[in-house]
Amino acid sequence: MDTAPFITTVLVPALTQGLVITLQLIVLAAPFGLLLGIGIALGRQYGSRGVSVLCKLYVIFVKGCPLLLLLFILYFGLPSVGITLSAFAASVIGFILCNAAYNSEYVRGAILSVKDGQMVAAQALGMTRQQTIREIVLPQALRRAIPGLSNEFIYLIKYSSLAYMLTVIELSGAGKLVATKYFAYNEVFFAVGLVYLALVSITTAAVHILEKKVAVPGLIS
Amino acid sequence: MVEVTGVLMEWAPYLLGGVSITLGMVGIALGIGIVLGLPFALVQVYGARAHRICIGAYAWFFRGLPVLVLLFLFYFGIFPALGLDLPAFMVGAIVLGLRGAAYQSQIFRGAIQSINEGQMTAALSLGMTRLTAIKSIILPQSLRIALPGWSNEYPEILTDSAICYAIGVAELLTRTSQIVSVTYITMPIYLFCAVIFIILNYAGMWIIQKIELKVAIPGFGAGAG
Amino acid sequence: MGPDDIVLRVEDIHKKFGEKVVLRGVSFSVKKGDTVVVIGPSGTGKSTLLRCINQLTPPDMGRVFLHGEEVTNSGAKISYFRQKIGMVFQNFFLFDHLTALRNVEIALLRVRKMDPKAAREKAVYELDQVGMSDWADHFPAELSGGQAQRVSIARALAMDPEVILFDEPTSALDPELTREVLEVMKKLARTGLTMVVVSHEMGFATSVASEIIFMEGGRIVEQGPPHILMSDPAYPRTRKFVSQFADLAGQRKE
Repeated sequence: MDTAPFITTVLVPALTQGLVITLQLIVLAAPFGLLLGIGIALGRQYGSRGVSVLCKLYVIFVKGCPLLLLLFILYFGLPSVGITLSAFAASVIGFILCNAAYNSEYVRGAILSVKDGQMVAAQALGMTRQQTIREIVLPQALRRAIPGLSNEFIYLIKYSSLAYMLTVIELSGAGKLVATKYFAYNEVFFAVGLVYLALVSITTAAVHILEKKVAVPGLIS
Repeated sequence: MVEVTGVLMEWAPYLLGGVSITLGMVGIALGIGIVLGLPFALVQVYGARAHRICIGAYAWFFRGLPVLVLLFLFYFGIFPALGLDLPAFMVGAIVLGLRGAAYQSQIFRGAIQSINEGQMTAALSLGMTRLTAIKSIILPQSLRIALPGWSNEYPEILTDSAICYAIGVAELLTRTSQIVSVTYITMPIYLFCAVIFIILNYAGMWIIQKIELKVAIPGFGAGAG
Repeated sequence: MGPDDIVLRVEDIHKKFGEKVVLRGVSFSVKKGDTVVVIGPSGTGKSTLLRCINQLTPPDMGRVFLHGEEVTNSGAKISYFRQKIGMVFQNFFLFDHLTALRNVEIALLRVRKMDPKAAREKAVYELDQVGMSDWADHFPAELSGGQAQRVSIARALAMDPEVILFDEPTSALDPELTREVLEVMKKLARTGLTMVVVSHEMGFATSVASEIIFMEGGRIVEQGPPHILMSDPAYPRTRKFVSQFADLAGQRKE
């Protein structure tokens, strides 16, 4: 096998196509995972007893169950109850559900770390409960949660590879197909690994910048 | 419903076999993780610069790659290239273990670094060698400090072990999928599998918590305050 | 008085950290049974000097002798010298995962490889010496600062040292707790233990010291018996330093 043409005409185009799909999965899943995560954290912390218990059960189920199994349930299981999803949609939904469960834990921890006095002071100013949560508690909590949330984002990047198990040809899948066809496992998977390492490293750097941007003196995240 | 119960009863031994394979992989992986992770952490704190960089690169690599890619890389690439014909089960356990070592080395390193420098100073002042000081003073403390962080390794490796489905290890998820494809019963069997995973998860964490309480001493972890 | 009586001899110790010169040639010796108290403004290298003696911080230049044997550049034998040169730290540095008794015992077991039963007996005895035997099973987190410091003194004593270095042993303690630690130290001085004490406790220095060393800027400015150094120092710097503390002590009494 001639190396240079293999890289330029086979490997790079295939991995680029895969990377596009991987990025689509991440970009679609991350924002909803964050919003749902915040929602679950708020539901657990401030919701009625029923809501709180439901949110807790949700977290227990999703954290306790392997993501791959969750994807199988969404893709192979749901049709039996009349819901049929495309492999891509099932993957995105699975990632959102999983990402949200973990995010909610970080957000909840951060909410708990906001001092009681902040809440009391806001209410003393006449703020409603909702205003207090929105204006005072969440802005502080989310800053503190940044390290945890960004960690989960990095997990999302890596675990987006599981979409391949539902036949979505994202980065890992593209690599697997090329590797199998050309029998070049080491080369291809190292290349795939490098792309993931690049994505993870870029994210880590971006998080550092974000942390500095939103930093407030005295509020250690 | 009756049909489902019957199928589950029929396949229960097969699933239980999957459970033991899953737990076997997790056990080996945790073992590899601690056996490598702890010395790696010591090297990262006390080692020479070149060694520290090597371990740092190792951790960066294993933490940055998806489990799936690592499994493919080792199962199809590295091990065959080395002439090793390992069964998928062993590849799964080793990959999860090597990856665990990367994470665990970070946990242990943090714990070792969190120990006041004075502990080492005092140990040396009594005539202990560095090695004795690490063994009798630094490690007993840092292991206690690391335990809460370390206990997260178990659920993580347990859920990751399901990804070994991709290289055909006959673990719990693989066997569940096989049953689904034979019986055409999907949801109940998947949910049953999920429940087993959740039970394994929380039962394991419960055991780890018991250990934490057992080794707790005033000023450390669960006994702090 | 013959050279046999000299337990510790320090010769021309120099030390710098990066560009910062901390010790600029310090020499002194300590006779058996003496209590030498080192005083001086903070940041003048007193603690570094102690750490240079037992090689926790190896000096850049100069030598240290214990009973005429060289401690500096002693290679693997440093463990032996560190057993013979005890040290008590400002922040105690008790081993946080061990009970008071185990703290005293651990070096006997791991360094001196003593038989467990003998080590236990010795540890109990040393704890008793500092009045801490009732607290044997408590962890450092459960002890007051004064109690912790007494345990750390027992830990040093257990190695049967020729000399103990005290690095500001009461600086982290409030007055009440300071007193209980100083009482223990006075008792040790009376029993003939050789000690080098870095301290700001002028009362202790005056009443217990055989000799006071005044250090400033990494050098010994003046040294002598307490009654001379405290009442009639030769150098203005010493006079100024001592009088500040005399004022403080006066205020405290009122």
